[in-house]
Formats: sequence, C-alpha cells, structure tokens
Amino acid sequence: MIDALWGWPPPVLDPAGPYADKVTTLAWALFGMGVVVTAIVCAALWLAVRGSPRMKALIGGERTIWIGGIAFPGVVLLGLLVWGLTLTASLTQPIRGDEMRIRITGEMWWFRVQYLNADGDIVMEDANELHLPVGVPVVLELEGADVIHSFWVPHLSGKKDMIPGRRTLLRVQADRPGEFGGLCAEYCGSQHALMGFVAIAHKESDWQTWFDDRTTRVARTEMLAETAPPDAMPYPGDAAAYPMELGTLERYDARRGMRLFMESGCAACHRIAGTEANGLAGPDLTHVGSRRSLGAGILPNNRGTMMGWIGDSQSIKPGNRMPSYDVLSAEDIGHIAAFLELQK
Amino acid sequence: MTSSSLMAGLRDHPNEIDRMGRFAAMKRVGVASAIVLGLLSACKNPIGSRYEPDDAAQERGLLAINEAGCAACHEIPGVAWPKGRLGPSLDGFDDVGMIAGQLPNRPDLLAVFIRNAPSVKRHTTMPAMPVTQSEAADIAAYLYGLDDD
Repeated sequence: MIDALWGWPPPVLDPAGPYADKVTTLAWALFGMGVVVTAIVCAALWLAVRGSPRMKALIGGERTIWIGGIAFPGVVLLGLLVWGLTLTASLTQPIRGDEMRIRITGEMWWFRVQYLNADGDIVMEDANELHLPVGVPVVLELEGADVIHSFWVPHLSGKKDMIPGRRTLLRVQADRPGEFGGLCAEYCGSQHALMGFVAIAHKESDWQTWFDDRTTRVARTEMLAETAPPDAMPYPGDAAAYPMELGTLERYDARRGMRLFMESGCAACHRIAGTEANGLAGPDLTHVGSRRSLGAGILPNNRGTMMGWIGDSQSIKPGNRMPSYDVLSAEDIGHIAAFLELQK
Repeated sequence: MTSSSLMAGLRDHPNEIDRMGRFAAMKRVGVASAIVLGLLSACKNPIGSRYEPDDAAQERGLLAINEAGCAACHEIPGVAWPKGRLGPSLDGFDDVGMIAGQLPNRPDLLAVFIRNAPSVKRHTTMPAMPVTQSEAADIAAYLYGLDDD
C-alpha cells in the first residue's frame, strides 16, 4: 500500500477513473483561478506603489472597489460554484440500485470488505483489498464499526467518512487495470497511520474469473490430507546442501497448523469459510494466502512476515486487537503460517 | 680506531661508503614499513567486520530488506518502521560473533542463512524468505556494512 501511494505523478494528480478525474479537474481549475487572482492583486499592488500618478488615481477610486472587490469576485466565485457543482453532480447522483455493491467497514485498524449480491446478501468476505472490474461503476457502502474512519483511494475518488451507525455511499470506477493504494484519512487512534488498503482493478473478464473462483472456493483442508506427513519429508539440514532453491524445503506441517489454528484461539476471531473457524471479530482469513499485504496494507505477505505477525503483532502495530501469540512455539507458529498460506 | 683513521680507511675503500649508505636506506625502509604495518593492523576491525561491502550492494540490500519485510521480526538500523521483536535485533551486526549464535561468521553463509535459514540451522525460527541469491548477498552486505562505532 505504501508503495502504491508513492511515485510520480502523485495519486491525487493521476486519476484512474471518471470520479477521481472530476475531482482532479476541479482542483486544477481552482488552482489556476487562484494563480490568476494572485497575479492581478500583485500587479495592482505594484502599480499602487510604483505606478504613475495617473495610474494611482485610476486604481485608487471607489470604482475599483466596486469592480475589483465586489463585481469580479462575485461573478468569478458564482461561476466557479455553478461550474463546480455541475461538474461534480455525477459524484452525488442517486444510486440506481442495480450497481455492483461492496460494503467496506472501517475497524480499528483495518478494512472489512464484503461483496454483496443483488439482494444485499454477503457472498464473499475479504479484508484490506478491493478487487473491481475495469470500466464498471461500483457503489461502496461505507460503515464504521467503532470510531469514525475515512475511506480514500486517491486514484479512484475523493475521501468519504465511514461513520458508526450510518451508511455512506461512494461511487468508484477504475478505467485502467492496476493497483491503487489507499488509506484511512480520518484520525482513528494510535495506529491510524498503519491502516492501509489497496484497490486492484482487473479487466472485466479477469475479474469475473477471479470472482467465480473465490465464491466457489472450497476450504483448502481436503487438499491438506494429500500432503505427505512431516516425517516422510526429506530434511536436507546440512550446510553442505546449500545453496538450495526455495521450495525444496518444507518442514512445516499445514495440517498440524490447521489444528493449532482451531485450538489455539485463532478461530475465535477469524473465519475461514468451509472450516469450523467462524470468528467475526478479526479479518476473514478465507483468502489470506492470496492477499497482497498483511496487517492492513503494511507488510508484504510471505512466510516470514506471517510468522512475525502471528508471533508478535504488538511489536509491529502496537495496540492492535490481536494479541502476540508468543505463547506458541516457533514451530507451531510456522505450522499455522504454512496453513494460512494455503488459504488462497 | 679513531674517526680520522676510519675516514682514511673509507677513502681507501670507496665501496664501503656505498654499502653503508645502502644499509641505512634499507633500515629506513624497514622502519617505515614496520610503522605502516603497525598502523594498518591498528586500523583493522575486529573479526566480525573485516568484510567491507561496497555501497551499491548495501543500497540494494536495504531495498531488498524493505521488500521482503525483514523488519516485521527484526529491528534493523536504517528501517524506521516496523521494528518487530519476534527475532533478534540486527543493530550492530558488524560486531556480531556467530551468525544466529551458531554459524561461522562469513558473508556467503550469512547470505544462505537469510535466504533459507532452516537449511543451515535446523531448528531456527526464521523461515526461508522469498529473496533471490543476489538479493540475499546484498542484504548480507547491508548488515555487514552497519557500523555504529
């Protein structure tokens, strides 16, 4: 997420869809008008100090106040207001009801993402990632679970608050495939700065394939039964064996990881569809293995960061609601990470 | 033998002057090289930091560290955030004794450890990390380049 927010041009000046485009156009117009007015004021000031007596008399009269102080700003501001409202009218267009809908809930300090069907039922749940098809307007239902957060993906739209007890709607659309970083834009507690998000725009057909694959996913638990038991795995532990290629060594047992996940308390807060893990307090981990990042857009997703997060998330994001599982052995943490990696 | 008779003797054997001059010159070279060697050995770092990585490798190493998220478990100088505490702090790594308390402190072995720790230290907590061999070498260069003293 952090990467997706850097770069040139800055995301706010690099709209990737029609709604962000309008915000950017308006911003440039206001900036341009500001430059013009500042130039006029500076020129008038220069003439008032250094100009000829005739010029001083010309700009010193009451007429200048009427024209430059009342008529000009009145016309310009009114014009900008009317033009700006017309330009951005589509941002606040009423929702037709047949749009694709995704509910995003701000929690301390991550984003819950729920894909809804036409009836408003949740068909798939994810966290800190929004996948959307290119060229299709998507209505985001924004909510706050605890305090006020604000949803902002600068490439796609302006900011919109996520308020507890109230649902706000935001329309977004991406016109080109890509990954667009986002973040919480309303101070929401000590780890507000580490509350990131990424929106990923796919070509429409790719998105449909992705969505079908996700919604028809069966838990990756059956697959676990097919893996060899850990003692049967070769263990090339000798220094003589290096350098070895990654993937040749798998000493972690994902099946054991699953059991640990269910028994150590993970399942009380996290849900994995198709298993008995059905906790709702924390992020849904059904697809955690395919996420771009961990910890709400803040860490790359690999075995090492996963183990670091499970074992001591409090040192990474102090105050987050997941306790550091340093009561588990390193081996147990490795097994759980191996299990979670399979949850694509 | 008085000095005058020595001078007289030398006058009779001119080659002797040459030989003595050469001896003096050799002595000077010897002293000078002893001083230089002495200075050099005084500058020599402790065993852990004798490896002097180049700057470009260190820069690439820091990038690779950030990309792989090493700091999720390790406090690493030069990485402002995160400062994970699941693994040991890598502060002052240039002065460390053995790698992970167990392996000989060699840049090539450190690179292997970074890439696939369990292959060289059986029961280590650190898992294999998704970095290429050259990235691992760069990360090792970065860690050896940390010099806080």
